Amino acid sequence: MMQGLPLLSLAIWVPIVAGVAVLFTGGDRNAQAARVIALIGAVLGFAVTVPLYAGFDLQQGGFQFGELRPWIEAFNINYHLGIDGISLLLILLNSFTTILVVAAAWEVIRTRVAQYMAAFLVLSGLMNGVFSALDAMLFYVFFEATLIPMFIIIGVWGGSNRVYAAMKFFLYTLLGSLLSLVALIVLYNAAGGSFAFFDLYRTPLPMLLQVFVFIAFFMAFAVKVPMWPVHTWLPDAHVEAPTGGSVVLAAVMLKLGGYGFLRLSLPIVPDASQYLAPVVIFLSLVAVVYIGLVALVQADMKKLIAYSSISHMGFVTLGIFLFNAQGVEGAVIQMISHGFVSGALFLCVGVLYDRMHTRQIADYGGVASRMPVFAALFMLFAMANAGLPGTSGFVGEFLVIMGAVKVNFWIAFAAAITLIFGAAYTLWMYKRVMFGAVTNEHVAQLKDINIREFLILGVLALLTLVMGVWPQPFAEVLHVSVSELLAHVSYSKLPVQ
Amino acid sequence: MEYITPLWPAYPELFLLVMACVILIADLFISDDNRIVTYGLTQATLAGCALLTFFTGNAEPVYTFSGMFVDDLMADALKLLTCVAVITILVYARAYTVARGMFRGEFFALALFATLGMMVMISANHLLTLYLGLELLSLSLYAMVALQRDSVRATEAAMKYFILGALASGMLLYGMSMLYGATGTLEITQLAQLSADGVRAQAVLVFALVFIVAGLGFKLGAVPFHMWVPDVYQGAPTAVTLFIGSAPKFAAFAIVMRLLAQALGAEALVDEWRQMLLIMAVLSLAIGNLTAIMQTNLKRMLAYSTISHMGFLLLGVLSGTIDGYGAGMFYVVVYVLMTLGCFGLILLLTRGGFEAEDLDDYRGLNQRSPWYAFLMLLLMFSMAGIPPTVGFYAKLAVLQAVVQIGMWWVAVIAVVFSLIGAFYYLRIVKLMYFDEPRDDTPLRAGGDVRALLSANGLAVIVLGIAPQPLMVLCIEAVRASI
Repeated sequence: MMQGLPLLSLAIWVPIVAGVAVLFTGGDRNAQAARVIALIGAVLGFAVTVPLYAGFDLQQGGFQFGELRPWIEAFNINYHLGIDGISLLLILLNSFTTILVVAAAWEVIRTRVAQYMAAFLVLSGLMNGVFSALDAMLFYVFFEATLIPMFIIIGVWGGSNRVYAAMKFFLYTLLGSLLSLVALIVLYNAAGGSFAFFDLYRTPLPMLLQVFVFIAFFMAFAVKVPMWPVHTWLPDAHVEAPTGGSVVLAAVMLKLGGYGFLRLSLPIVPDASQYLAPVVIFLSLVAVVYIGLVALVQADMKKLIAYSSISHMGFVTLGIFLFNAQGVEGAVIQMISHGFVSGALFLCVGVLYDRMHTRQIADYGGVASRMPVFAALFMLFAMANAGLPGTSGFVGEFLVIMGAVKVNFWIAFAAAITLIFGAAYTLWMYKRVMFGAVTNEHVAQLKDINIREFLILGVLALLTLVMGVWPQPFAEVLHVSVSELLAHVSYSKLPVQ
Repeated sequence: MEYITPLWPAYPELFLLVMACVILIADLFISDDNRIVTYGLTQATLAGCALLTFFTGNAEPVYTFSGMFVDDLMADALKLLTCVAVITILVYARAYTVARGMFRGEFFALALFATLGMMVMISANHLLTLYLGLELLSLSLYAMVALQRDSVRATEAAMKYFILGALASGMLLYGMSMLYGATGTLEITQLAQLSADGVRAQAVLVFALVFIVAGLGFKLGAVPFHMWVPDVYQGAPTAVTLFIGSAPKFAAFAIVMRLLAQALGAEALVDEWRQMLLIMAVLSLAIGNLTAIMQTNLKRMLAYSTISHMGFLLLGVLSGTIDGYGAGMFYVVVYVLMTLGCFGLILLLTRGGFEAEDLDDYRGLNQRSPWYAFLMLLLMFSMAGIPPTVGFYAKLAVLQAVVQIGMWWVAVIAVVFSLIGAFYYLRIVKLMYFDEPRDDTPLRAGGDVRALLSANGLAVIVLGIAPQPLMVLCIEAVRASI
């Protein structure tokens, strides 16, 4: 019954149209109208993605829900959409996060509400576009376009150093993507004039060219993930962004990088990916271990979670470049889980920040005695961040470590260290903020979370637990897609001599 | 020898010439209060000229005046766009010129003659016709820059423009004369034939080429012939800067096509001028983008940004392929569209005796007027080449043309400099959106300006979502004409 509807186009354009509609509410006099329209848009945007999951055929390989229309015929660029299991999960995550972000901003954002809501809705539509594009140029257009709303979000509603952070965010990510643009054009000519992923997957490429293309893609996606040593924009962006911005950035935007590796780097340049995998694995392990240590010494809660994000995303890149089913599936699950957990942690910090207007760990202490409900939820997310079994954080990390053992024990060993560091920095922060005696009168006056905040965090808590104890619904959509992807990677594209 | 010359291919130019003379005389009998009549007549003339161009258009090239004048698809497209651009310019400039006492008959007569010059350049099939058009355009522009005769800055800019412009014309003329010496003809189609067959005086031909490329470099404002651009942009009254910066680029592109792609488009010669254009293009990208960062004056910044855009344009041309020329034409159309919008907004912010030239005047524009700030945002992202704005596709087409001929390293250089360029465009967005406004005077604009400016700004995103028709038009126009 759903076959007739272009569901993927709806997933992209419903939020964007809603975003434009929100803009028409005008100034802050109509703020409430803007909020309501934005919420309706976000819910509708999520609603159109649900049939994607319901109608997804688990056995079928390739891409489903395809849409193909000519777009720019002069360059043989098509509006070509379709999803596999990996994109499906990320689209759901993205559309779902948008609702949370709109709800989380409800009372908190008071200036230029319409623009704020519009930026997030447009961003959500664009990211769905990235996850469903099957034409490299369409992918690139969506990928780049996401920079504009995020730049505005950080710059307008961010903290005191927001201009620096917004510029850094934009220019850093632009550098990587511009180089990958040149790589895409080179591939276009090599493939005989096509940007379609299917054609690019088939085109044989000599090793040297593959390495160049890999490096260009790597610049784009590594900055986005972000991987050590090009991660430095992330803590700045996170600290300065408003809560909603941080949530979207951590929960969805970073995944654009991981998704790019899976969709472009691995299948298009498989030989270079295999050849350079040790480098990527090394950089991932540095992120996991070193950034974990960096997180330990942060005094600012948001910065701590930002570094923890980098460390967790290190697991994602590690899993991807292990080239086995556990590794890649673990990486995707880790991306989804990280979406829930880091989003929730940023929301928790947002809850505290809205009341106290400080993010310094030292300004808190004994919050648990004033906000017991909040403390319980926060505890769950902290545990999930530390990778406690039974929470979603465990599943992905466990799978990646299993995948790593198959490749090399010491890689697995180094990766497993993060379970210790993760527990250390998260729980230590939790302890300093939540436990102990009430340190000052600001803390003493804290009120527990209201029903809106409870609902937002409660839903996330539920998802974290469900995914932890019953990951099957998430994992089963991945099996076929991941094995197809791995088949692509193992198949050499070097031209036959 | 053909004795009966068909006139119809030149109807638009003839109509424009007659009407320009009529307006010049009629204006003498119109008092200052009724100057709006002159304005209306000028706009009607331009609209009529655009219609004539449209209806006399034809796919196959038609030669007339003994082969001195050509009417082909590229000429039709560029002339039509020129007329539309000039109409837009005059709408944007009206309030500004009224406030500064420039809303006089001379302004309109000069604008019309400049337009005529551009159209003659676009349709030239003979080096003399080309030069005639170029001089008509240049002389009109010199006078327009100096129109505010009490302004020291404007006078200085006019002098500079005149001297350097004359020098450039001299170089071009010198190159042309050597071309004549080498081939014995001034007609572009014949030149194409002769240079393709290979003339005996190949060295003279290459020598001519150097002068012609230098002359064109001056007219385009490409490094190292760019010195006049920032001073003239800044010194000229903003309405005139808008004029200089936009429509004449169509004509400049056309003569680049006529001279390099057509007359000297033989394989061996393309290899010669490709190197020169490459140096000019890379230098323009580098110096344009790097210097723009340091500017605090918006007009000056846009001048350097123009220089870098011309670098990109040259990249498209130097590929020497139809796709590359098409990319160049697409780039120039997009560039003019963006420039019109940017200067239109500058003119909008300028009121009374106050010039909104400093970057700081744009602080907090989002709070004063969210709609205009949004339009400027679109224009800036388009200038920076960020999708989904049309500026991205212009860059994409050029990069593809360059990569296609195997010069992918040039594409890498180009994107690195566009990254640097992105910084100063972002700075404008930052000023408008992230900073608090300095004054809260609401922006007022007439309905015509508001509508046109909105259409102009939105065109940047609409063409970005559907770039196909314009891209095809450009490639087809070039294919049918070269």
